[in-house]
Amino acid sequence: MKLGLVIDLDTCVGCHACAVACKQWNTSGTTGPLSDLEPYGAEPSGVWFNRIRHYEADVYPNSKTVNVPMSCMHCEDAACVTVCPTGASWKRDDGIVLVDQSKCMGCNLCAWACPYGARELDEESGVMKKCTLCVDRIYDENLPESQRQPACVLTCPTSARLFGDFDDPDSEVSRAVAERGGVAQMPELGYAPVNRYLPPREKPEVTVSEETRGDSTPGGAAGLIGKWMKRQKDAFDRFGKRTSGEA
Amino acid sequence: MAALPEFEKHAHQEVKSTTCYMCACRCGIDVTLENGEIRFIQGNPDHPVNKGVLCAKGNAGIMKQKSPAKLRQPLLRKPGSERGAGEFEPISWERALDMLTKRLRKIRATDPKRLAFFTGRDQMQALTGFWASQFGTINWAAHGGFCSVNMAAAGLYMTGQSFWEFGDPDWDHAKYFMMWGVAEDHASNPIKIGLEKLKSRGAKFVAINPVRTGYQAIADEWIGIRPGTDGLLALAFVHVLLKTENFDWDYLVRYTNATQLVIDAPGTSQHGLMLRDEHGQIQAHDQATGLQCAWDAASRSDESDLALFGKYTTDEGVRVKTVMTLAAEKYLSDDYAPAAVAERCGVDAETIERLALEMAEVAFRESITIDTPWTDWTGRRHEKFVGRPVAMHAMRGVSAHSNGFQSCRSIHLVQMLLGAVDSPGSHLAKPPFPKHIAPPIKPARDMAPNTPLKSPPLGFPMGPEDLAIDADGKPLRIDKAYSWDAPVAAHGLMHMVITNAVNADPYQIDTLILFMANMGWNSSMNTAEVQDMLRMKDDDGAYKIPFIVTSDAFHSEMVNFSDLILPDTTYLERFDTISMLDRPISEPHAACDAIRQPIVDLDRDVRPWQEVLIDIGTRLGFPALVNEDGSAKFSGYEDFITRWEKAPGIGFLAGWRGKDGESHMKGEPNPDQWQRYIDNGCFFEHKLPPEQRYYRFANKDYLEWSKSVGFNAEDGPIVMELYSETMQKFRLAGHGIYDGPCPVEPEDRQRLIDHFDPLPDWSIPLEEQRVDNSRYRFHAVNQRPMFMYHSWDSQNAWLRQIMAQNYLYMNRARGESLGIEDLSWVWVESHHGKIRCQLKLMEGCNPDTVWTWNAIGKQKGTWGLSEDAPESNEGFLMNHLISELLPPGQGRAITNSDPVTGQAAWYDLKVNVFLAEPGESGIWPSLDAVKPLPGMPDSPQVLRYHTHEAVNLERPFSDALTKGSTFKKEEGKR
Repeated sequence: MKLGLVIDLDTCVGCHACAVACKQWNTSGTTGPLSDLEPYGAEPSGVWFNRIRHYEADVYPNSKTVNVPMSCMHCEDAACVTVCPTGASWKRDDGIVLVDQSKCMGCNLCAWACPYGARELDEESGVMKKCTLCVDRIYDENLPESQRQPACVLTCPTSARLFGDFDDPDSEVSRAVAERGGVAQMPELGYAPVNRYLPPREKPEVTVSEETRGDSTPGGAAGLIGKWMKRQKDAFDRFGKRTSGEA
Repeated sequence: MAALPEFEKHAHQEVKSTTCYMCACRCGIDVTLENGEIRFIQGNPDHPVNKGVLCAKGNAGIMKQKSPAKLRQPLLRKPGSERGAGEFEPISWERALDMLTKRLRKIRATDPKRLAFFTGRDQMQALTGFWASQFGTINWAAHGGFCSVNMAAAGLYMTGQSFWEFGDPDWDHAKYFMMWGVAEDHASNPIKIGLEKLKSRGAKFVAINPVRTGYQAIADEWIGIRPGTDGLLALAFVHVLLKTENFDWDYLVRYTNATQLVIDAPGTSQHGLMLRDEHGQIQAHDQATGLQCAWDAASRSDESDLALFGKYTTDEGVRVKTVMTLAAEKYLSDDYAPAAVAERCGVDAETIERLALEMAEVAFRESITIDTPWTDWTGRRHEKFVGRPVAMHAMRGVSAHSNGFQSCRSIHLVQMLLGAVDSPGSHLAKPPFPKHIAPPIKPARDMAPNTPLKSPPLGFPMGPEDLAIDADGKPLRIDKAYSWDAPVAAHGLMHMVITNAVNADPYQIDTLILFMANMGWNSSMNTAEVQDMLRMKDDDGAYKIPFIVTSDAFHSEMVNFSDLILPDTTYLERFDTISMLDRPISEPHAACDAIRQPIVDLDRDVRPWQEVLIDIGTRLGFPALVNEDGSAKFSGYEDFITRWEKAPGIGFLAGWRGKDGESHMKGEPNPDQWQRYIDNGCFFEHKLPPEQRYYRFANKDYLEWSKSVGFNAEDGPIVMELYSETMQKFRLAGHGIYDGPCPVEPEDRQRLIDHFDPLPDWSIPLEEQRVDNSRYRFHAVNQRPMFMYHSWDSQNAWLRQIMAQNYLYMNRARGESLGIEDLSWVWVESHHGKIRCQLKLMEGCNPDTVWTWNAIGKQKGTWGLSEDAPESNEGFLMNHLISELLPPGQGRAITNSDPVTGQAAWYDLKVNVFLAEPGESGIWPSLDAVKPLPGMPDSPQVLRYHTHEAVNLERPFSDALTKGSTFKKEEGKR
């Protein structure tokens, strides 16, 4: 089993819904609370498992605005697990990378090791926290089956987030990656990240037909109006009534 | 895998449904409570608006509930202290209401207009308007005048439906979508849901916006237009569509007034009016007979054939032209050719022509059909709905200009030419829309002591005779709505109330009640001076606005300038209705309304404002609220909502009416109605049958149904007005030749002549007309970020972590050409004032435009934020640069608003930007810190919100033993 997320960069509008839903669920979740420091002060900061980054590519007027949600990639070869001196960081058989809160001493090594910035030290709790893929939702049989999804996936207004098992070729995530050419972030670093990002779709093109382009009638407004008056009269004379189109 | 622990103790949890109010989108939410605390707020999957999804704001509801800025008790400005000094004392509700009632009773018994009651971001205008009508003051409006009345009015005077939240693109069928000036909108989640549908179907999405953020990020094509020129671009599209003969001839003939005859008699009082017969019937030309005929009767007849184009002379010698002829003559002019408008719009001519042709291609060559038979208003049966799958949505970027009304009409004109209004794939109305043009409600004028108004304060003038002016032409309303300043001010001009009241122009008021409107800060133009006005006294030492009452749930800047503060509840603490009489949550194919129910217990001495209104109204003896013996008719808000009827069988809530609760839309009051809503997830949905889903302006079944449920007074066709006779009446008044009231002042006359073109028109925004554009080189606009749109949640501990400071943004190349570097401190100067703020450079920005995120800046000491919060030290308001009055011109001081609707022209702003001197940093102006209110808690230094102790998932010892801490690739996959 290889659980993870697919994030669609074609439809992500950067609204932060997923980030806040994550914060909301997880502050009372298995590694909660997610502390906030100076929540009403000069430098508000807190623990977030999912943060949205906004970039621009290319230059005006061809610039693109790109929103990239970033959370734990649940790497197959997770450096954060490798470096953990207490064994608190672990990778479950279903692929979820977790931090056992009772074994973590908050040394921060894993945060240094993670190239994706996915680890967040909760200074108040003194331990490291991170995306759990909502392990406390996805296996909760007291929730309706449709609700056994990570909070970020459930809430995403543009359906830009999918959750599933990448080991299952028929899963929604595997199919989306296959169809849309999903890519990993920074695979060259060798940690085998599981999450995939779907690149923007090819832009649809509207080809304007000759029929639509029309021919230019000389004589400006008067010429055109005269032509239309003649056309409506011709149609009437010929058919007894106007026949253009239907609706 | 080892068994998992029980993470959640569901036995300690319950789920309650209600309606979100973190913005105006009004999504259905399911709130999981655990021991009375909110565990989780999520979208209701069954809800018609959001279908289970929820935005960032909705997900941050817990932090709204936890805000330390929540007001806790009624407060009175300390006797002897100065207004705005922040000296308050707690008082009891009884004393507060007693004091207010006494004051209001005297006003109501003498001169009711001396009460001005204006409401902000509420959605209970049906109730507050009812209250004002019962009180007997015409000085009531909600905040549409500074929000987006241009969109509502343009639509209601042209198509009978509108953008804003009153219609939606047909997300399921559109193949081409053009979005104009939208940062985010009321339909926050529906737009996002819809965009995904479009993109997954391969529809093309074109975004027209000076700034490429938000939705524009995922647009297939971004047009970085120059602000204020959207209408001109739309009319260039019209030019191309006409020139290339791409318009829906039959649609225009059948569903619009394009064939109707307009009198061509310049210099006379009849010029530009519709030709009518002796019965008042509007005339057209029937080619079948070669004669003039009544449009209505001819449209019903199979024998007639109405001419779309033509110029005729009647038997009486009156020269007439069809509307479409006038339109073609106007828009085929070279003035609207792409090459002529390209430079002004900042869009090259080829692109303009291509976009117009792309829309035509999709509309006419990729038409769609829905195979559902339907009957039009004439009784003709159609086997299918034909769709022109070009959809549009437009919002504040179009509306917040002084040319916004006409610009929005210009966009509607493009839709009409394409046959893309309420046809499949286009823009669809949401019930109760469409409505007849214009909705048959005239603004109230007459007032008498202790007497309810005969009509609602706000309405839709159909000519100068409907204005709220006196015999001398002076405004009757404090905001001067429906005066020559803003004749079609369908939502009032809330942004002028304070200025006008302080200037006693047109008269003094006694009491100003503000509900949920931050007029002391980001909701007012010219913020610093407005604060001074709120403090201003006359020669006798009395405040120019004698008494200010604010109802708000939070410690806003406006609270600080109030004499009496009536603390409101949060959206999770009260009953509410989102009513069909008001701004319901309907979807295009379903009439829907909703309620809120209390989710959490009150922990403060606060009351829902609607409860307070019913209470005060009963104390004052409003006829609708008391029996003849003076006793209360209703036990409170819930009872009022259940039993009050606007008309027999029609009340605030449409669902589960009738004694047995089985009548929908119409029926006797049902005492169990609230519970029925609660049982259904707090919403009601009447799905339209398939034959009523499109062409509703002409759809017989829909029109008959909409009349039967009280949406429309008539079931006749809603004839879309490509040409507005109403506008022409005002223009005739400008020429002084209207058979009715005409303005006297030259400036008033010129405004009517310039801005009331009966055909959609474009003009240079007023501020741009009056300032030195070589000095004020940049357009300056603002927008709200998606995670704060239509909310005030800078206080929100989670959302402010996403953004606590705003910057001024400028196009990178343009900035570099001016020697401005990223993060420079700059001065921004307008004709009215200047500010200092920090600037960032970006690519996705029109080179002639600077912009910022609005309302991030807060006054020190408000909203529960510490005085060193970035919102008050680096965050800034653009409002200081925007005058509520136009730059001085020839005549009197006049509102900085659309001359038709009075829509606040926020985005007309022109500025100069230059580097601050070395060492100059920090925002300017920085207003004095507001004192803390009595009884408010200290804001916490650390938040550790949770509803139960976390159940840790321990790493099994065996896992650590067998796998160690290192992954071994050669062992393969685990």
